[in-house]
Amino acid sequence: MEKYLYIALFAPLVSSLFSALFTAQKKKQFVGVIASLLIFTAFASSTVLLVHILNGGEPIHVTLMTWMATGGLNIPFGFVVDEVSVVMMMVVTLVSTVVHIYSNGYMDHDKSFNRFFAWLSAFVFSMMVLVMSDNYAGLFIGWEGVGLCSWGLIGFWYNKESATWAANEAFIMNRIADLGMLIGLFLVYWNTGTLQYEEAFAAFPGLDHATLVWIGIFLFIGAMGKSAQFPLHTWLADAMEGPTPVSALIHAATMVTAGVYLVIRSHPLYDLIPNVGLFIASLGAFVAIFAASMALVNRDMKRIIAYSTLSQLGYMFAAAGLGAYWVALFHLMAHAFFKALLFLGAGNVMHAMHDELDPFKMGALKEKMKWTWIMMTIASFALAGVFPLAGFYSKDAILEVGFVEHHYIIYTVLLVTAGLTAFYSFRLVALIFHGEDRYTLFGIHPHEAYKFMLWAMSPLLILAIIAGAFQHTFFELVEEALNAVHYHIHSHVTLWIMIIGTQAFVLASIFYAYKKYARKGIKVPDGTSETEQSFLYKLLYNQYYIPYFYDEYFVKPYRELSSIFWKKVDLKVVDATVDGIAKVLYSTGSATRGMQSGNLSTMLRWMVVGLVVLLMIAVAVGLAARYSAELSQFLAGLGV
Amino acid sequence: MEIGLNHYLVLATILFGIGLYGVMRRKNLLMLFFATEILLNSVNIGFAAISHYYADLTGQMFAFFVIAIAASEVAVGLGLLIVWYKRHNSIDLDEMSVMRG
Repeated sequence: MEKYLYIALFAPLVSSLFSALFTAQKKKQFVGVIASLLIFTAFASSTVLLVHILNGGEPIHVTLMTWMATGGLNIPFGFVVDEVSVVMMMVVTLVSTVVHIYSNGYMDHDKSFNRFFAWLSAFVFSMMVLVMSDNYAGLFIGWEGVGLCSWGLIGFWYNKESATWAANEAFIMNRIADLGMLIGLFLVYWNTGTLQYEEAFAAFPGLDHATLVWIGIFLFIGAMGKSAQFPLHTWLADAMEGPTPVSALIHAATMVTAGVYLVIRSHPLYDLIPNVGLFIASLGAFVAIFAASMALVNRDMKRIIAYSTLSQLGYMFAAAGLGAYWVALFHLMAHAFFKALLFLGAGNVMHAMHDELDPFKMGALKEKMKWTWIMMTIASFALAGVFPLAGFYSKDAILEVGFVEHHYIIYTVLLVTAGLTAFYSFRLVALIFHGEDRYTLFGIHPHEAYKFMLWAMSPLLILAIIAGAFQHTFFELVEEALNAVHYHIHSHVTLWIMIIGTQAFVLASIFYAYKKYARKGIKVPDGTSETEQSFLYKLLYNQYYIPYFYDEYFVKPYRELSSIFWKKVDLKVVDATVDGIAKVLYSTGSATRGMQSGNLSTMLRWMVVGLVVLLMIAVAVGLAARYSAELSQFLAGLGV
Repeated sequence: MEIGLNHYLVLATILFGIGLYGVMRRKNLLMLFFATEILLNSVNIGFAAISHYYADLTGQMFAFFVIAIAASEVAVGLGLLIVWYKRHNSIDLDEMSVMRG
């Protein structure tokens, strides 16, 4: 079994290194094919491991080698495949396989085709390290690795100013959060003397409460950065500058869920500090509705989906914070499937529309792109949580958790969010695929994506439909690892009212969205209508002015400060000192250059001068040595 | 008047001064060679005189070495000088400044 672990872990690395060989060359189709095959190998190995664990096999634990061993610190390169990591491995490898195959078509005309696969596979490798590591240090390496690859892929089209800006924003925001995470890791090591999960978790109950709270908070700050929780959320929407397959893989299905994974993985810690857990759940619920509200009015297809990702991550944190780790993990898995599907569908639309992102400029695409329409509609139904699709099972479970745990405010917020989710998802679908065509005005001739891209997406489609059926299997799988319990609402009547009420609410939202946006006569908004003039619309459209606020109160003062340091300190002190030394040497050189006239006679004269000087020094030293006693007496008389 | 060590040393110093002056002032390469010969021989006189004064032959031996080296130096130097003269038709030092700083 260890063999499969190694294959799953290192096949993506091999793929990345292989693709990296060709980065400087023109597009080579075989690079994409081989990369996809290698990622598929990793997927196949993960499947074998999943079957092994499902059949009640022991978790597989290997230690590759010692990484650091100094004094009391001993960190091995250890990897573990247990119930939690195997689920993550499946999600990561499955979505990456789909995205790799899809990218063969999507990046078809890109001149950096080979480089794209090198980065994408490197990302998969980092993600595998993150989820498979058996200690916090290894997790941190993967954590930084995915951050780096995310930077490289958001800024993939680096000659676009906005792309490099977004890449740097994502990277810097993550660094800020990673500082919190590092402090958390230091605290863990400081107090338990180890970073191995098992040993640290065993030591946690012995620590005092305040220490545990600090560890929990700092680790969660790291999770907030990676999972783009408020107030570090702005990077995720800007990250949509990257190619769409990247958005599907990294900024929807895998990397952004790493924060949720961290909380789930550290559940023995968060079980001990329910007050921090409640904070996490409240923040999650807040982010869920906060992001959903911004998605309501946005006019950028990819940003709408990005906000919905943010909102769903809020759901996951709400569940994890309330102690329902298995529900969070289940929603993570289901969300990965339908959100990746939604993004890849959006990629098809973007291709068809020549990178146009405003859904108001589309309309009636369902005739031209039948399969994309079907896939995106089903993915949106799953996202909205309509029975019997995947989202229904996972999202409904989260709502039940909120209800059963008596956190009615969280429950209500999440319920309202479910309605908003349904509305904005179908606002998007209605605007893109229904109504009358508004694209011919802009001279666009849409066409469906390549057949094989649609085929590549089909596993996600199937899983988005049927993933809910695995809820029970999933529960049994992680029951022991996550102390999972069923959340039962005791009264059957209440349960049915809840389920039917939620469904009715969601369906009504969908219906309203269709009615409002699928009709004829939708105009491309030009900022003159009454809605667009209203305060609320402006507030939401400008993302609550948070990016503006950050720019005004963090970026600009920082830039001012940097400019002061540059002009006052660097130029006037540091540079002046260095330049001064150079100038002294240079002017000495040019002043004495005249000596080297090349005339033998002059040189001989200088030689004589040197001789005389040396003689004088020799005589002076000789005299000083001879009369040293008298000299010191004389100096003492002067008081030296 | 008995001629003693001091007389020799004064003679050597005078000759060294003449040689040094010649080295600094002469523009003719041949004259420069003469000046260096005077310098070397002034030192030889000093060696020989002090050697005699201390009744130690080391100084005189050293003088012989200096004579031998001076002879070979002149041989090489004159050879170069002749080649130079054939090429440039001049042995003026001021015209020899090729390596200018």
